[in-house]
Amino acid sequence: MSTYATERETTEGTVYTVTGGDWDQVVSGAGDDQRMVVNMGPQHPSTHGVLRLVLELEGETVTSARTVIGYLHTGIEKNMEYRTWTQGVTFVTRMDYLSPIFNETAYCLAVEKLLGIEVPERATTIRVLCMEINRIASHLVWLATGGMELGALTAMTNGFRERELCLDVLETITGLRMNHAYVRPGGVSQDLPPGAVEKVRELLATLEKRVPVIDELLTGQPIWQKRLQDVAYLDVQGCLALGVTGPILRSAGLAWDLRKVQPYCGYETYDFEVPTSDLADGWGRFLVRVAEIKESMKIIEQALDRLHPGPVMVEDKKIGWPAQLALGSDGMGQSLDHVKKIMGTSMEALIHHFKLVTEGFRVPAGQVYTAIEAPRGELGVHAVSDGGTRPFRVHVREPSFVNLQSASAMCEGGLLADAIAAVASIDPVMGGVDR
Amino acid sequence: MSESGFEGKAQVSPGGEHEPAGDVTHGGTAPTPSAVTPPATRPGQGSDMFGATFGSDTSGFGGLVKSKPAPVASAKPYGGWFDEATDALEAAWPGFGENVLRVVVDRGELTLHVKPAAVLDIARVLRDDPNLRFELLSSVSGVDYPAEETRLHAVYHFTSMTFRRRLRVEAAVTVEDPHIPSVCPVYPTADFQERETWDMFGIVFDGHPALTRILMPDDWVGHPQRKDYPLGGIPVEYKGASIPPPDERRSYA
Repeated sequence: MSTYATERETTEGTVYTVTGGDWDQVVSGAGDDQRMVVNMGPQHPSTHGVLRLVLELEGETVTSARTVIGYLHTGIEKNMEYRTWTQGVTFVTRMDYLSPIFNETAYCLAVEKLLGIEVPERATTIRVLCMEINRIASHLVWLATGGMELGALTAMTNGFRERELCLDVLETITGLRMNHAYVRPGGVSQDLPPGAVEKVRELLATLEKRVPVIDELLTGQPIWQKRLQDVAYLDVQGCLALGVTGPILRSAGLAWDLRKVQPYCGYETYDFEVPTSDLADGWGRFLVRVAEIKESMKIIEQALDRLHPGPVMVEDKKIGWPAQLALGSDGMGQSLDHVKKIMGTSMEALIHHFKLVTEGFRVPAGQVYTAIEAPRGELGVHAVSDGGTRPFRVHVREPSFVNLQSASAMCEGGLLADAIAAVASIDPVMGGVDR
Repeated sequence: MSESGFEGKAQVSPGGEHEPAGDVTHGGTAPTPSAVTPPATRPGQGSDMFGATFGSDTSGFGGLVKSKPAPVASAKPYGGWFDEATDALEAAWPGFGENVLRVVVDRGELTLHVKPAAVLDIARVLRDDPNLRFELLSSVSGVDYPAEETRLHAVYHFTSMTFRRRLRVEAAVTVEDPHIPSVCPVYPTADFQERETWDMFGIVFDGHPALTRILMPDDWVGHPQRKDYPLGGIPVEYKGASIPPPDERRSYA
């Protein structure tokens, strides 16, 4: 039939493998009864990372959508079994790279539950502060990339601009824009540096002005509305069957937010709302996420007021990192005072430091599951210890991974262009999906 | 860190005295005959904080804290809502006595160890019984305990949104016969997660709609998360490069 498209006979009939330029011949030769399978990704600007979609089309309608993942699998869970409990933080922070603080906190809460220790209040407050800044940054990236995928380029430039402000603040606090490894078992790696509180207040003041711009730009915009309204519908029943949590579940009307229903890190003492919508479509998810940014700003405000002076790491010297870290000219490292003390005055402190840093602490045997509300839903950590200095097994229940299963349910029966909107509204981060 | 508020009695805390509740075996002490067969001792248990057992420890930090093994089985009452939930399960599920091997309460979490064949049944009861209502299957994953005969454990984390409870169900199989019924018919969310567990541990979930590899390539040999599978050192298709496993590079422990 064709001189370009290769064809082969299968049990399903003749299959043509089509590339660009072959369309005219295939369309004229294959007749009316045609089923088209389109491969989209893993390198496609609209698939939100290295996600591969295999779409079966009838005309413009998607009849079957399958997601293929694993292109970013880095064996993080396996790697963690070969490193100490503290080093595990540097692995989990790289999973869902848009919400590193959440990964670290969920992991550390699991380790702390295994150890049976309580974290100082100031450390918990700093964790909440960083998590909520991170949530805003994550939702802004969703807005930016989702907007870009739907053609709203100003949403992209605005989203990334505001997100960078959040990352600047996180960099001031942790030393790094992303992959912070800031939250550690027992507390956080270092106290807030001088000027951090003022920087956070500046950030809040800027966001106070700029988040309403998102509303002005998008909420009333007819094209944005038409791309999202009644697209990618998934009701509460579908969400629960598919295990979908986070903004997708809340956009379907169920106010399930672990910060409220199973509070951790003292969230029960903060005053904030859980935004919901009963639309259960892409539009509802947009409204919920924008509202969540505003709620996070409220929480940050309250957390700032609660930063009472105190330790940021557990007192137990056999768990807490032995050095007070300090930012030097070459990045974060041991504080010079500490080095002076252990090298010059106390051999025991030096030995202790060496043992704790190289070998790590032992964690009593057992298993725990801790879950927190990440920007994309329930982030759970199942940690198993055999009593040694390294994790016996750590499994992370990634909300991106579980939520991605809903892509088929959202895409099938809709138009091809709406499949893009559907995947964008799920907001999967492939680093988290594949781990 | 405020977890549900229901602290199990068999709480293990480093540095403090540990009073086990019920039928808990200590590592290294005389084996307590239990109603059910406890698994073999887990590796690494019973050593000191820094692993020092002789006088060669000059830091002064060795030998201060004993690491306690996790409880093998707990006895009633479990405390908190655990009794309520297990009683409701026992009432709603005739197979409870036969299929639940042991109940463990540790660190305020409830674990039911069940026979592999009963996983689908217990999942259906947990979801449908009005006194249980575990609407959400949060997580399915595996753990490999090479010291045990039934070394591959499939671990399910159920969440009850109505009662705001979490429950863990564990089923153990051997490498030779790694079959567990799939819970996909009850919880469609198990689809990806069972595929991942198959991919990583080689547990076969019977009745799964399409149990294929999900994270590793389709033609991959072996199941990487098993403990006898090395980290690194696998020939990769890149110019003959090979990477020594990190555990063979250098180690302090």
